[in-house]
Amino acid sequence: MLAGSLLVASFVIFGALYLAPGSALAALSGGRALPAASIAILDQRYHLNAPFLAQYWYWLDNAVHGNLGISITLRENVSTLIGNRIWTTAGLVLYASLIICVLGIGLGVLAGLRPGWLDTSALVTTAVTAAIPSFVASIVLLLVFAVKLGWFPALATGGGGFRTDVKTFTLPAVALALSSLAIVARVTRAAIREEADKEHVQTAISRGIPPRQVISRHILRNAAIPITTVSAITVASLIAVSAVVETAFSMNGIGAYLVQAAQSKDLAVVQGISLVLVTAFVVVNLLADVLYAVLDPRVKLGTKAS
Amino acid sequence: MSRGLMNKGKLGVAGNASAVVLGVAVLAAVAGPRLAPDNPTLPNLQIAWVGPMAGHLLGFDFEGRDVLSRLLAGAQSSMLGPLVVVALAMAGGAVFALTAAWRRGATDAVISSGLDVLFAFPGILLAVLATTVFGAGLTAAAVALAIAYLPYVARVLRSGALRERNQPYVQALEVQGVSVTRICLRHVLPNMSRIFVAQATVLFGYAMVDLAAISFLGLGVQPPAANWGVMISENEPGILQGYPLPALAAGVCVVAVVIAVNVLGERLLDKAVR
Repeated sequence: MLAGSLLVASFVIFGALYLAPGSALAALSGGRALPAASIAILDQRYHLNAPFLAQYWYWLDNAVHGNLGISITLRENVSTLIGNRIWTTAGLVLYASLIICVLGIGLGVLAGLRPGWLDTSALVTTAVTAAIPSFVASIVLLLVFAVKLGWFPALATGGGGFRTDVKTFTLPAVALALSSLAIVARVTRAAIREEADKEHVQTAISRGIPPRQVISRHILRNAAIPITTVSAITVASLIAVSAVVETAFSMNGIGAYLVQAAQSKDLAVVQGISLVLVTAFVVVNLLADVLYAVLDPRVKLGTKAS
Repeated sequence: MSRGLMNKGKLGVAGNASAVVLGVAVLAAVAGPRLAPDNPTLPNLQIAWVGPMAGHLLGFDFEGRDVLSRLLAGAQSSMLGPLVVVALAMAGGAVFALTAAWRRGATDAVISSGLDVLFAFPGILLAVLATTVFGAGLTAAAVALAIAYLPYVARVLRSGALRERNQPYVQALEVQGVSVTRICLRHVLPNMSRIFVAQATVLFGYAMVDLAAISFLGLGVQPPAANWGVMISENEPGILQGYPLPALAAGVCVVAVVIAVNVLGERLLDKAVR
């Protein structure tokens, strides 16, 4: 399934950009007129005269071996260019995922277990924050915490030791996490509430099992499946949205680079980054499936969790 | 839709407030450019970043254009774009869902696994790919988003269509020799209207955020045309320079409409499921 999706996805990525207007030769030469000998060399090196499927095969074969072609604007290996930027994006997404899992699930569990003012205020707050897009969150966080309070730097350049990195990455990570955090909290709260109302929990309570054990063994364990589902979906969605946050904070990650490459029609870069992002997206979803099997013995790997 | 919205009292305070917000946004989208007091695209650099004053309640943006006028003019592309995305995704999703539910077997399997592959493409990534191929602009981005949303829509509608498919009334119509297209268009889809409208409303919120993000990235609506996403991106330098109002005003517009749509969508979804 994993390999299948990736193969089809890579075909879509290559095919879509193959259709892009403008000849590949003009893109390689930068629009300059070339002598016939150079054209022949380029044709041979990039298989420009080969049929579409053959070209796809050459591209895929190279991609699997870590060669994603050459950027026409920077004249460098796409793999190197991606390698220089990927840790910024990976760090940002991981940091945001951590925030979502700790605060989102934590808030949801608290609100679910304690009806009352905490629950009500959590519901209202998350309804609002769920609707705040990452680019709006970015400018508001910049305004409040970088410009007005000066707690965090406004430009997240990175590269100054772990503590500095955590500081520079905090605002972007919060901006990236905010709306997903709210959604995860809401789904967690609903799952906890639904599980707590079930008969087996009432039975456990009436049998005198201590509340702590009822919560951890009966409520949390059963609510873990929907919580994992929504966490995995939202964490996977961060991978693409990171482009927006990186652009807002002028970060040097692959998301922002993808947008620049799309604007300058640097096809090899767009193909390469798209392939990396789609792979990451599919792998996160696969990890979620593995987690289901760990959490719920009824789920067998390879079948869909319902 | 009309029945759901007109049922006063059932929407509650939040619901009524959302309906008002959405009403204002729709009005701005329809009549915005005519309501705008100033020219929304004519720059006047001498009054760049000038703050609010009488007659210009939200001040001027980075090129000295009236922010309120630009918000009103920008409502059109900001609201119409998501509407197109929703219309395309719902129409495509309905066709796939009904075909899968009717043919079942191999056709259903092919459609379902084809849509599963699309799941691997986040909406924003597909939109970036589309704008690379066709050039930056709202059309390419909107079509790409609609395709990215297809699997989600089709999955929800397919289960609804399967439920209707097994109803006795469908069999009765089939026995009478009514054509499949007619059964679907005249009987099945109207019966699915609640879940259809609820799904479309929820989707509108997502489409609005994603399209605004694409315009924010510079791949959607192109300046100097007015658009809420574009306004946030072009006025972002003002945040660091101490003139946050133009960017914030556009951000508030996006958030207000998305909250309103989410609240209404949730109410409609509750009714559709009940």
